[in-house]
Amino acid sequence: MTDHEPTHLTDADEAAVDDAYVDGNALAGDLLEIFAMDMTTAVGTCGGCGRTAVLAAARVYRRAPGVVLRCAGCSHVLGRIVRAPDRVVVDLAGLRSISARLPD
Amino acid sequence: MAPVTRGFGGRQHAQQPELPPGQYLVEDFPVLSAGPTPHVPPDRWELTVTSETGEQLRWDWDAFHALPQEDVVVDLHCVTRWSKLGTSWRGVSLDTLLADVETSADHVVAHSYGGYTTNMPLDELLHHKAWVAHTYDDEPLSPEHGGPARLLVPHLYLWKSAKWLTGLTLTPVDEPGFWETAGYHNEGDPWREQRYWGD
Repeated sequence: MTDHEPTHLTDADEAAVDDAYVDGNALAGDLLEIFAMDMTTAVGTCGGCGRTAVLAAARVYRRAPGVVLRCAGCSHVLGRIVRAPDRVVVDLAGLRSISARLPD
Repeated sequence: MAPVTRGFGGRQHAQQPELPPGQYLVEDFPVLSAGPTPHVPPDRWELTVTSETGEQLRWDWDAFHALPQEDVVVDLHCVTRWSKLGTSWRGVSLDTLLADVETSADHVVAHSYGGYTTNMPLDELLHHKAWVAHTYDDEPLSPEHGGPARLLVPHLYLWKSAKWLTGLTLTPVDEPGFWETAGYHNEGDPWREQRYWGD
């Protein structure tokens, strides 16, 4: 999903897809553990379509082997979080940039 | 009430020797997905096999169904720890799909509608160990479970059995896929409990 854009699907197909996601606020706990600050209010720019929005506005798919964060505009994978017993793997390569306000 | 002893747990394990380590049995069929579910009409579905030289074989739905079909009953093992035993599928063996492919590649990347990818050694797909399945329990495979057609590699964790399959690319160099690049094991053998990097 990071390297291959959706193929062979028309707008009609895209309209027919169903969703099993929650909003980006669901990431709060995962990201707080990693960044030690609330990242759901951080502003990210999608590496797929360029949409800029707070992470809380992204779509989070959790019924999967890991957590997948997708752009609400184009469904591009913004990030993935996989938790193993001894480590957590974070990939935010789908975000062109991310801007987080520092705590006071 | 008598306390549950370690011996009791031991007998439970003895009753389910068919489960790989760390797995538990389910009777339903959980749906896991890393994104929106593609709904691909069969009349617009296609499957390609692309060799490392760029040569490509292509099947549409009718041509795919004209290939020899096989019925298989297999056990499924998801890396999220559930296992489902005795599942019934119909599809085409990878031995059939790859029979006319000339290649010296050792690796395969499976591509799905929606962009998902997963990788495995070519040898893991041959010798009657893998299929492209279009029917589950005598019914057309539902989109939630990967229909119109999915890869079925039951001897590896289920993330290797890519849903919504549309392409297989043969590569001389291993190219880790969606979960393999995010912390999951490159091989994913449930009997060796190869869940994460380093297992």
